[in-house]
Amino acid sequence: MTRLEVLITVNGETRGAYVEPRQTLADFLRDECALTGTHLGCEHGVCGACTVMLDGVTVRSCLIFASQIRPDQSVVTIEGIASSDGSLSVVQQAFRDEFGLQCGFCTPGFVMAVTELLDHNPTPTRDEIVDALSGNLCRCTGYQGILRAVEHAARELAGGPGA
Amino acid sequence: MKPAPFEYHRPSTVDEAVGLLGELGDEAKVLAGGQSLVPMLNLRLARFEHLIDLNGVEGLDGVDAGGEDISLGALVRVHDVALGAVSAVPLLTQAARLVGHPAIRHRGTVAGSIAHADPAAELATAALVLDAVITAIGPAGRRDIPAASFFVDYWQTALELDEIITSVRVPIPTTPGSMAVRELTRRHGDFAIAGAMCQLDLDGDSIRSASIGLFGMGPTPLRATAAEHALLGQRTSSLDLTDVVVTPEHAHPSTDVHATAEYRMRVCNHLLVEVVTAACEDGAR
Repeated sequence: MTRLEVLITVNGETRGAYVEPRQTLADFLRDECALTGTHLGCEHGVCGACTVMLDGVTVRSCLIFASQIRPDQSVVTIEGIASSDGSLSVVQQAFRDEFGLQCGFCTPGFVMAVTELLDHNPTPTRDEIVDALSGNLCRCTGYQGILRAVEHAARELAGGPGA
Repeated sequence: MKPAPFEYHRPSTVDEAVGLLGELGDEAKVLAGGQSLVPMLNLRLARFEHLIDLNGVEGLDGVDAGGEDISLGALVRVHDVALGAVSAVPLLTQAARLVGHPAIRHRGTVAGSIAHADPAAELATAALVLDAVITAIGPAGRRDIPAASFFVDYWQTALELDEIITSVRVPIPTTPGSMAVRELTRRHGDFAIAGAMCQLDLDGDSIRSASIGLFGMGPTPLRATAAEHALLGQRTSSLDLTDVVVTPEHAHPSTDVHATAEYRMRVCNHLLVEVVTAACEDGAR
């Protein structure tokens, strides 16, 4: 099968590779870029663990092929969320503070979805949070810690006391 | 959980895409948002030698408002419609909001959902309820397919193998606000166990015509024609809902792990009354 050359900007850095057309963006990130923070749960668009940003909006990286991404597009993964010195983003810190994770497998996808939500809607209601996170599955937490983490992060980002 | 190998094609014009599809025949499949196709490829429920990606095709991502209708290009994303890109047809906005999850809606297209033709799909049902016209182009040229004759069977449509949907034209209802959508899902964003939507055409408080769609209730989205007929000429302030019902004569829902056919019928009848009542209330505001 013919390999295709792709140039993909991930977290601000342009990466080139020759890929099989069938390689998903998720596999490109993990196998070609060694960015293993993007997790693969179901690989058919149900679980949300592989959620990344493409041109500023969340997408399932298991449902888009690396060969579809153009050089002028921008991909942001969980590795692009924390600061370069390793300090956690407000959303990440809130997940930690509110026990919004246990095993952590689903967490990268959740952090991407929550980051997008709070960018567009800094003061979401509970219903809006549930809607925004309905496409991300967590088998550990029962979601309550995650919901608290989102509300915590929203307060923090608004400049109020987080806890 | 990885797709079988395929050749990737990225045409930049509709003509080029149609040419490729004609040349490659049934070994090729058109890829737009990919939110239904790629899961099927990943699960290897489907495999194609060639994928023809429409995302680079010029001129398919526009929403064009005409006088009496609105045309949505084949690449218009569900997310944009959910945010109100087609605000003149609020039923479409409401239906789009019930599709999947944000990350799915960002990629998924309205035309793709219609082409996939899942019988529980909100947008396919909205196309049927709104009397949308699906425009397809193939080697034989362009043709318009009314939604009423588009949905043939489970995931089967009137589209020929060598045809590509280029746009979906939706007539603007005369009283756009008199509408409602309801569905029962196991989780928010799932395909509906059963659902109903209603668009009324009101003259004051009198129902000039009613268009009602049912989803998850058979092999295709359905129109509840008997219920529509029963509403003609009724007043929204004093509805008689006796004959606004769905019976096994009109719909043949299936039994699966989520619900029995009988349960779907009960839910659907409940939702049917809800959407009609809500559409009347919305129309009265």
